[in-house]
Amino acid sequence: MTERIPILKIGRFLLVSIQVELDDELALALQDDLTQAISRHRARGVLIDISSLEIVDSFIGRVIGNIAAMSRVLDAQTVLVGMRPAVAITLVELGVELAGVQTALDVDRGLAMLGRLVLAADGELGDVRPAI
Amino acid sequence: MSEETSMIGSILHEDGQGLLEDWLDQLERVGMRRQELIEEGELRQQCRDVLALLREAIPPETSREELRSFDATSSLEARELLDEISHQRVRVGVPPRENALFVFTLKRPLFRRLFHAVEGDAEELIEEIWTANHVVDQLGLLVIESYQRSREGVISRQQEELLELSTPVVRLWDGIVAMPLIGTLDSSRTQVVMETLLEKIVETGADTAILDITGVSTVDTLVAQHLLKTVAAARLMGADCIISGIRPQIAQTIVQLGLDLSSVTTKATLADAFGFALARRRGRNEASEAADELDMDL
Repeated sequence: MTERIPILKIGRFLLVSIQVELDDELALALQDDLTQAISRHRARGVLIDISSLEIVDSFIGRVIGNIAAMSRVLDAQTVLVGMRPAVAITLVELGVELAGVQTALDVDRGLAMLGRLVLAADGELGDVRPAI
Repeated sequence: MSEETSMIGSILHEDGQGLLEDWLDQLERVGMRRQELIEEGELRQQCRDVLALLREAIPPETSREELRSFDATSSLEARELLDEISHQRVRVGVPPRENALFVFTLKRPLFRRLFHAVEGDAEELIEEIWTANHVVDQLGLLVIESYQRSREGVISRQQEELLELSTPVVRLWDGIVAMPLIGTLDSSRTQVVMETLLEKIVETGADTAILDITGVSTVDTLVAQHLLKTVAAARLMGADCIISGIRPQIAQTIVQLGLDLSSVTTKATLADAFGFALARRRGRNEASEAADELDMDL
């Protein structure tokens, strides 16, 4: 069986902590698993922690951007947390600015941000769906 | 003694002490035996070390031919010794002229001894002096090289320190850092600015960084692009970047160059940027509390 990135459910959010080097195949598998998980759990937010990643190339960058866009279609907000300075510099030099992705410094702030984003997305109505 | 054998070797080995005393006298005559920079004992020790080094390199029966190909730079001990002497002199501030004179003053005592040794044979004397001159000059060149190297070491160390000093990151508030930039920004410095700021964001866990460019006199396309990259990289890491203190002149340049700063928050002064950061922080905290409450309700 091939390697898989674990997806953890915390309340209304999903937490993905990438602890291994992400190759193209694994990234695409993650994209597949994550969209499935969002729809299965009716998740409102996705937190992707990449603090262990030392290398992020333009392809992985694009996959992350795609994941964020797909989540939005499925009514879940995405926050990317813990990017290292060297990775940030490389991505900017490559011209990958991940314009549609929200970012935060660490998991803690990322969760707080997800809460705010969900609140803002629901507007005055509040979450109309029952709790999971 | 064959014609080929130089007398320099035997002088060095047989009359070392006399040579040392004469050398020190000569140093005094040119005004280099100054107590305030180098102590008497230390100077004597340095002279003694150099003579010992020469004795090591030149055995008593060395031929003139060998001496003329004497190359001080090839000897590791010679380099180390003279490096150390020069280094010490750079530290106490001996001018380069005196540093070179230190070795060249050896010529006079050495030549005088050669004069006595050849006993009136003018041609022989010229040959000997020419050889001795070469040996001392070699040492002199080495001293100058070492001196130069020491000075260059000092300069490059200062450059590094200056680079570090010129990019300070100050913490203004919990979660807010500022980097005031002063002077001219070139590409190597903007690189340091970018790296330092991003490192500090991780270190302090700040989610807002203010880049204050009040003290920057000119901004060209390259520098502006680099500032934009810094802002983009900080955003990728999860921190917001605000640029403050853009001078009217620079604002004109930026627009005339056709640079798009619409994705960047800019404020007139550092104070404005700080106020904005605090207000946004407050707003965010309130929103988070509201989100938490909603969580509890569900």
